[in-house]
Amino acid sequence: MSFILRRLVFYVVAAWVALTVNFFIPRAMPGNAVQSIMAKFPNLQPSAYQALEAMLGVGHPGSIWHQYGSYLDDVFHLNFGTDVTQYPAPVSTLLAETIPWTLTLVGTATVIAFIVGTGLGIVAGWRHGGALDRLLPGLMFLQAIPYFFFALILLELFASKLHVFPLGQGYAEGLVPGWHADFIGSAIYHSLLPALTIVLTSIAGWMLQMRNVMITTVGEDYVIAAQAKGLPRRRVIFTYAARNALLPQLQGFALALGFVVSGALIMEIVFSYPGIGELLLTAVTSEDYPLMQAIFLVITFAVLLANMIVDLIIVLSDPRARAREATR
Amino acid sequence: MTAVLPISANTAALPGEDAQPGRWRRMPPKAKVGAVLLGLFVLAAIIGPMVAPYDPSYQDPSPALSLHAPYGAHLLGTTQSGQDVLSELLVGIRLTLELALLVGVIATALAVIVGVTSAFLGGVWDEVLSLVSNVFLVIPALPLLIVLLGSLQTKGQTATIIVLSVLGWPWGARVIRAQTLAIRNRDFIAAARETGEKTWRIIAFEMVPNEVSLIAASFVNTVLYAIGASVALAFIGVANLNAWSLGTMLYWAQSQQALELGAWWWFVPPGLAVALIGTGLVLLNTGIDELGNPRLRDATSASRIAGYWLPPADPTPVLAEVVQHRGKLSGFLRSFSRSSLLDDAEKGGHR
Repeated sequence: MSFILRRLVFYVVAAWVALTVNFFIPRAMPGNAVQSIMAKFPNLQPSAYQALEAMLGVGHPGSIWHQYGSYLDDVFHLNFGTDVTQYPAPVSTLLAETIPWTLTLVGTATVIAFIVGTGLGIVAGWRHGGALDRLLPGLMFLQAIPYFFFALILLELFASKLHVFPLGQGYAEGLVPGWHADFIGSAIYHSLLPALTIVLTSIAGWMLQMRNVMITTVGEDYVIAAQAKGLPRRRVIFTYAARNALLPQLQGFALALGFVVSGALIMEIVFSYPGIGELLLTAVTSEDYPLMQAIFLVITFAVLLANMIVDLIIVLSDPRARAREATR
Repeated sequence: MTAVLPISANTAALPGEDAQPGRWRRMPPKAKVGAVLLGLFVLAAIIGPMVAPYDPSYQDPSPALSLHAPYGAHLLGTTQSGQDVLSELLVGIRLTLELALLVGVIATALAVIVGVTSAFLGGVWDEVLSLVSNVFLVIPALPLLIVLLGSLQTKGQTATIIVLSVLGWPWGARVIRAQTLAIRNRDFIAAARETGEKTWRIIAFEMVPNEVSLIAASFVNTVLYAIGASVALAFIGVANLNAWSLGTMLYWAQSQQALELGAWWWFVPPGLAVALIGTGLVLLNTGIDELGNPRLRDATSASRIAGYWLPPADPTPVLAEVVQHRGKLSGFLRSFSRSSLLDDAEKGGHR
């Protein structure tokens, strides 16, 4: 079985664990969740009661395994139940409205931060003790700032004081979302500050990580041999040192992804950005469990998918891995 | 020998040149700065609630004290309902640090237990435990925390500590497992076994002391994770909002529109405190890293030989390469991890 296929099996197992945890959490909690939800939202129809019971497993329609089966079936068909705050909107509709915003913003900004951070890390690692190293304590400070707090500071500076950027939201008021220039321009303008927040706060982490791997790689014999042979410096840096240092860096990227995405979601709240983070806040403040659970699953699946892509990149970029793949 | 010398012209004449450098002197400068920074916050956590000028929850009814900018009587200004920000901060630092340190201790203990057991048992059990920690590493923690804590009826400090600890061990366990595997085959362990030491004694007195720096690093990382996660959770309201912590301060500032009202003194102090505690922890961790891997040390500590600055090289190998012999089942389980590709590739490839 090829490596990619095995990894696919691993992600399926991870997804199954997430699904199962998600299934058992509300059932393990004390108290009747359905009644507390019904009490909180008087506009719910009696028909919602049964739907909620089935979703949260109260009242026990059928055995727990039967419930589990129908739950898996529902999730598989992207049926996350009915939302209780914005009843009777299906949760999947709410998700479909917000996912594109988050995916575009967080995805683009994270990839940019990773590429720029890795690039700076290569330079800092090569020129160990150089000018970039003097910035290290500052970078560590940037890395330690919570995303949402950095967002608050940027908003205070650039929106409240300088009025360069808007104070939040995904697009200017009065615009109708659609594929026309006004809307797209406004959406990009509104996403600049959130994107800047993600890039500035996460760039330091990628850079420090790459720097450290790079320093260790530069000390390897084959890099010294390449230098001794008199190869051009560019070739030594990129083809010999950086290319080998990139592998642990990619692994680190895959592992840190969940953390970065979670941080970015919280940051969206500060900007009132119409993404999943904002939806998550609504779900938490109104104790809307079905929505909370659906968001947890969506984020988990997205992170698993991104990990899968990183695995593919590792196989494609590492000749040793490729060779290994071919011989299997 | 280590008695405090009276300051004399003699010692002052040789700044930085100590005949017998103490432990503190030998620490990398980054670690020193980190330790001092953290020490300040720990001090604030211990004496903070005692020296806080006001009751943080007291709401001064006078309208003049609503959202007052910092001045003499309220050094960090007041909130919208006339509460003193400095008092909130001093009380809040204690709760946040207390939670983070407890989570750090519990999760690191779990990580050591799982990591050492996993490496010691080896075989199928090792691979099963690794698989479990890999699964929990790949599932994003924060959304899971929100779902877990969100469905609790009471969101107290204890619940948060338990949930954060339960989800916080996989990373440390992974690193400690690797180190234990490397140490397990060393001669001194074999010697201890030959002299008839019991397994628990070997683990507790021969192996764990050799992993102290790694355990320390893992502890620092876990504390960092606990602070980040607890502050983020409180910020979106998944916490006991009646208790003062750095996260709940930020929650109230955000939910009562501190930014829109221009009250920077309301949200900057708690956020800055989180960032500074985090910086202290990162610096401390870098220091620990540098102790273990000399190549990472500042190039300024390079030695000068024949006119050339030589950066420190030749790292002491921390993790020896261990070739493991795997059974059929454990090899099968192993093949699903990402690292399987990399070490397979290394075996067949270079060197």
